[in-house]
Parts: sequence; C-alpha cells; structure tokens
Amino acid sequence: MDFTSFGPKKTAEISTLERRQGDALQQKSRRHFLTITAAALGGFLIYSPEEGFFRLPDQKKILHIPLHFFESSEAQIVTAAVSRIFPTDDSGPGAKETGVAIYIDRHLAGPYGFDRHRYTSEPFETGRPELGYQGKPTPREIYREGLKGLAGFQHLQIAEQDRALKEIESTLLFSLLRQHTSEGMFSDPIHGGNLAMRGWRLIGFPGPQMNNYDDVDKHFGEAFRPGPVSLSSGRLSSENEE
Amino acid sequence: MKTLAAADVVIIGGGWAGLSMAKELGSRTGLSIQVLERGGPRKTTDYFSTMDELDNWVRHRLVQDFSLETVTFRHSNGERALPLRQPGSFLPGAGVGGAGEHWGAVCDRMSADCFELYSQTVEKYGCKRLPEDHSVQDWGITYDEIEPYYARAERMIGAGGKAGNLRGKLVEGGNIFEGWRSSEYPLPPTKIPYFSTLFDAGAKSLGYHPYPSPAATMSAPYTNPDGVNLPACTYCGFCERFGCMIGAKAQPTNVLLPVIARHKNVSIRTGAWVRRIVFNGSERAGKARGVVYVDGTGEEVLQPAELIILASWTLNNTKLLLLSDIGQAYNPSTGKGTLGRNLTHQVSLSTVTAFMEKPLNRFMGSGAAGVLIGDFSGNVLDHTKLPFIRGGTLQAPSHGYGPLGNFGVVPPSIKSKWGSEWKKAAIHYYDRTGRLAFQGEHLAYKNNYMDLDPTYKDKCGDPLLRLTLDWRDNERRMAEFAIARSIEIVRAMGAKEFSSSPGLGTYDTRTYQSTHLQGGTIMGTSPETSVVNTFLQHWQVPNLFVVGGSTFPQSSSARPTLAILALCSRTADAIVERYLKSPGPL
Repeated sequence: MDFTSFGPKKTAEISTLERRQGDALQQKSRRHFLTITAAALGGFLIYSPEEGFFRLPDQKKILHIPLHFFESSEAQIVTAAVSRIFPTDDSGPGAKETGVAIYIDRHLAGPYGFDRHRYTSEPFETGRPELGYQGKPTPREIYREGLKGLAGFQHLQIAEQDRALKEIESTLLFSLLRQHTSEGMFSDPIHGGNLAMRGWRLIGFPGPQMNNYDDVDKHFGEAFRPGPVSLSSGRLSSENEE
Repeated sequence: MKTLAAADVVIIGGGWAGLSMAKELGSRTGLSIQVLERGGPRKTTDYFSTMDELDNWVRHRLVQDFSLETVTFRHSNGERALPLRQPGSFLPGAGVGGAGEHWGAVCDRMSADCFELYSQTVEKYGCKRLPEDHSVQDWGITYDEIEPYYARAERMIGAGGKAGNLRGKLVEGGNIFEGWRSSEYPLPPTKIPYFSTLFDAGAKSLGYHPYPSPAATMSAPYTNPDGVNLPACTYCGFCERFGCMIGAKAQPTNVLLPVIARHKNVSIRTGAWVRRIVFNGSERAGKARGVVYVDGTGEEVLQPAELIILASWTLNNTKLLLLSDIGQAYNPSTGKGTLGRNLTHQVSLSTVTAFMEKPLNRFMGSGAAGVLIGDFSGNVLDHTKLPFIRGGTLQAPSHGYGPLGNFGVVPPSIKSKWGSEWKKAAIHYYDRTGRLAFQGEHLAYKNNYMDLDPTYKDKCGDPLLRLTLDWRDNERRMAEFAIARSIEIVRAMGAKEFSSSPGLGTYDTRTYQSTHLQGGTIMGTSPETSVVNTFLQHWQVPNLFVVGGSTFPQSSSARPTLAILALCSRTADAIVERYLKSPGPL
C-alpha cells in the first residue's frame, strides 16, 4: 500500500500527535524531545512508535519527537555523532535520515538498556579481555556518563567532530555508538530506526522475504534485489521512495 | 516442600535429547513420563513473525537468559575464573526445544574412526603422537554399532544430502571420506546458493572432493517415519539463531512435539528449574528417588520417579551431577574422579573472508545450505608430515546473511572503521563478502575440565559451573593449516581480496564459535574413566541415564546433534528392550 493512500484519516492522526506534543511543551513537562527539522529526517516521512510512519505536511516544519531515555541535549549529541559514524554523503543516506538516534533512544528505554538479560551478580572484577565485558555499568549508564564528555559536540565543525570521535574510539561509549548505529540503520523498522527501510535499500537487503525458493539458485553473478518488506506490515513498498 | 505423585520416568530438559527420549519411551511404553523444562513453552507457530535479526541474531531471543545462570571461565588452573556475563562463544538454548530450535541444521556424521580415537591414533602413529597432556579415549562403541541409529536419526529429521560411501562403495559427489552408510539420505541435497557453488568449483580445481552440506532444512516436502509432515525450505535466510517460520527446519517443536502430543502418558512441565537429583537419606549411589525443582513461583517441588533421564545440555548435565554429589568430581592434579573431565569445544573458526567481484545475493540461503570438503578431516591427511594430528571439515556456508551480523566487513585495504570511506566500501562489499568456515576436532586434555565455582551463584543460589579451558598447540596448528588451505581455495575462487583469521591464540569467549561443547559426563567401558556406560547409564546410579553431548569423550569435527539423536535412540532401545524388564545395570 502506498503511504499517500492513508488520506485524511492519517492527517487527523498527525494533528492529534502535534496537539499532544504542543500541550506537553506548554505544560513545561519534564519530558525531553529531539527537536529537528523534517528535512533533516529525510524530507517527508517520519516514524514514531505511537503513530507508525506518516507523512509530514511541511518539510520545513520543526518536529518535537518525544524521547524515552535521552535528555534533549544528549539526543542532539547522539544524532550528531552517529551522523559522523554513518554520514550522509554521495553514497546515500546516513544515520540521520534513518532515525538512528530515535532507535537508540527507544532501545535504551527497554530491557537491553537496563541489562535485563546480563549476568550482573557481584563481584565485578577485571579480567583478561577474552572473558568479555565484565563491567558493572549498563548501556544506559555508559551513555549517560560518556555523553557528558561530549558536551557541545553537536555544535562543533565536522572536522572537529571527527577529531573528537577519534579521541574516544577506544571507549565503551564509542563501541556502543558504532554498534547501535549499525542496528539503527539495518534492524527492522519496528524498532524505530531504518526509517522507511532506507538502510535496507541502501545495501540491497530485502528484509524478511517469505520465499526465495525459485531464486536461490538463480541470478548467479547478478544483483537480485526484491523490493524490501518489513515486519511492521510492509505497507511502505519499494515504489514509495528512491 | 511439596511432593508430587510419583512418575515412572522424569526427564530433565526439553531439548532434542530430552524430547527424543520422551517420544521414544512415550510411544513405545505406557509409562507415565514427566518432562521438566526450566524455560518457557514454545510451539512452531511462535515463529510466524519472528524474522527479526535484531531480536534473534543480536539480542539472542532464543538463548538461555544469562541473568539467571551462566558459567565462569578461566584459561588455566592458577587463574581466577570470572563469569561470562553475556552470550559469546556458544549459545545455549532455553525453553521447549532448547538449542534445537535455533540450530543451523547441518547434520553431518562423525568420521568413522572418531569412536576409537585413542586406539586408532596409537595404531597408526604410535603413542608418542598424542600430546603429552591429552586425555583422549575411545567411546566404547564403534561406528558400525552406531550406524543404524545414525540412519534412524536422519530419517526422523529429514536429512538431505548425497551419500559418499554406500555400504563401502565410494560415490562421486558425496563425501568419499565418510563412514559407510546403510542407505542414501532420505532427501536429496538442498539447493546450492552462488557463493557455495564458487567454492565447489574452486575446491575441485585444486583436486579436493566437495559435497553438499548434510542438511535438516527440508530440500523437499517430507513425511518422516512418525508421520510428521515437514514443508520444503524456502531459503528465507532467517535460520540459524531463529526458529523456522514455516517449520521447514527440523526442530524439536515440529519433529518431536507432534508425536509426543499423541501420547497421553507424556506431559511437559515448563518453568521447572531442577536443582538436585535426590536419594533416600544420605545415599549418593544406588537408586535415585526423584528430582527437586523450583517452579515458576519459587516453590520447591519434589518429583519422585522410578527412572531419571538427565538431558539438560552439556554444561548443565555436569553441573546437576556435581550439585547432586553423584559420582566423583574430577581432580586434575591427581587425575582421580571422572565427573567434569574431558571438556572439549571444537576448532570452529572463519578461516578466510573473501571479497568477490560480483554480488552474491547472500540474503538467500538456509542454515545448512552449503558445500563442504572432507579432505582435511579425521585421518585423511598424512599427519606424519604435519605438526598436528586429526583435522576437520572446511565449508562454504550459505546460511542467509542479514546486515546486523554481516554489514561493515571491508577488505584490509580499507583502514577506517567508520565515516565516509568505510561506509562506501562497506556498502559495496556488503553483498560481495563470503566466508569459509573450518570445524575441526578438539582433543581432550587433562586440564580442560569443569567443576563448581567457589564465588559466583545462579538465580537459586547454587554455585555456577566453572570451565577451565584453553587451546593447545595441536588445535592452533590445525587452525593455521586450515587458514593456509582456505587462502589457496579463495584464490582459486577468484577473490579480489581476502582477509584471514589470525588463528586461535588463547580461547576467546567473546565471539561466537559454535554451541558444540562436549564432555563432562563422558561414556566409556569402565567406571574408572567414565561417568556413564555405553548405554549412557550412570555407573553408580542405575536408574539414572545421562544423555546429550556431555557423554562424548572428546569432540569430533561434526556437528554433535545427529550423534546425540542417534545415541538417544540407542539408549531408548536399551531401556525398552532390556532395562524395563529387569531394572539394574545394563
């Protein structure tokens, strides 16, 4: 289904969302938002867990995306950092248009962020690197603490940003940023990133295809690229973009 | 403690081993059988919409919850062990079906001489070729004895492939180095995706003998001898670390549960975390009385039973016997005791990453689709001229590659790991990268073993199992050999560039190797050197059988699942035909 066929119903939903967001701002809620122009998110599509994918009526519009873990300034830093790790350039869209920072925010708000499935019994001791991560800090704590060291990062020039990231390359924060950038680029859009399957389109990955039986032993030496589908419904078919 | 009505049989663990015992005993006897599974319930329809790489591949949805229990690890006796705090080099399953739900479904047989590894090695090379600190031993059964059970297991799981040795006659296109087969595979080989066909041609050009991977992902619709129907695999690529969305990969939930469901005498209780096998009074030998488990509410429950089958995967089988104080724990400094000894993994590594010119369309595949060569396996090589003994298989897998597990690998000429240059190369090579994988035999050594950790505890407050494990030169040199041969092969395949593995070094728990841990409750012909007899019956406790990879004296180069299933059906035969008629030592 084409997203434009959502029609007036979707528009009504958008205005409800905007109204809610506006109310929240007026009440000086302690909730944090990622403030970003629609154009920065790639123009005309946005995703939120509450509303799914929807089209923005005005591309210059300023969006206030509710954050589940980050504070506004942290989200700005993360958005800037992942945009350097996976930049937008002549090879195609990058982390910014794909909603990677939104993915990371949502992901850290869930069980993973709290180390729900990690063995966290005391005592924590350091050991040989081959024994894997032995630290106590959870992913949320690593971000919260690590981002303090990147205060103001979002305002730096690009070359300065790259220098700043080089300096922290060996830190836990950077390895999480790099790993989560990849996850936000290429995980199913149900997780909040890979907006409009842009990450998958970029590399020719078609998402969960039900049946490749007739194709698996054909197309030898040629790129076979079925239009991507996602678990969220596949309602954004490949014709909608790019 | 709540005491339940006695069951005839209690089975600890609901994976391939436990449920295959439940199926055999449930369908061939009228005994009341209680399966205790500590994870949750599961069924095939759970997988309809779980083709989610983040959830399964990265966050390990089907893997044991490490917050509840893990193991501690150290490389040698003098070191302090630390817990593996997150899944890494192996991925134990949890819930009904266990690791059998997320396996890759390659179902090869072990080399025929593996079962007599000690005596055949000594016969061929003399005693001096085995490393000084080895603890290799024979299984106590021969390949000829297990062959009919291998064939039975292949029929049950719908194995596809091509025989290379039919009753002694070598067949071109199959694995001519394998042990004899009484019959052809029940299904033909799977389709072979592009990268694996390149390996096939490259290996042939160098004089090797490639063959299609033995696969329990159905190459065609299949009805097994139990009347279970499995559809043909669609090569969706969401296979290993996933449950099959259409049930075309043989899994305990689609192969065993439908049969078990026909028999009212079997029931499966989930959320039952077994802590001890118990006896009357303070005895620790003779007849076990039952098992004590903690249920989902935290209450302790005693389940009395006449016959106990321990089938809770390699590591937990050893842990439960240690916690229950059954048998003598192994002491590496004296060499006394048998429980916990001969821990082996497998020499599993990606030898070479090849960067190809043309796209590979490698999102398509199945966990078991691919091509192997057996030219370096078992005793095929002449080791008199080599710095190691034994060997393994080399494989070009096509298991379906998603971006989270595979994006970002770039040729060595690209130095950056993020930013524009890296991004461009990573996009270009995402679908032009293929890997060769080696899986070799890991010999057993005196100081690779398991015992209980003195510090760290599981969710019940019981000590964690402690693994003491590291590679020795035999494995390191075998890996070096495999890497060198792999480089020659990817060159013959026309790779533009390649990067090769640095080799084994010390055992690394961080990156996935395989879930093929073996040993700890090993089988054999003497209680002096083994925990169970060749029917997997405990030497000191005749009403206790221990099944699974924990009974293998050392690893082979094959994936262990088929041998586990084969030995389970052999044990089931022994129980039904002999033990039940006269309970006691077999």
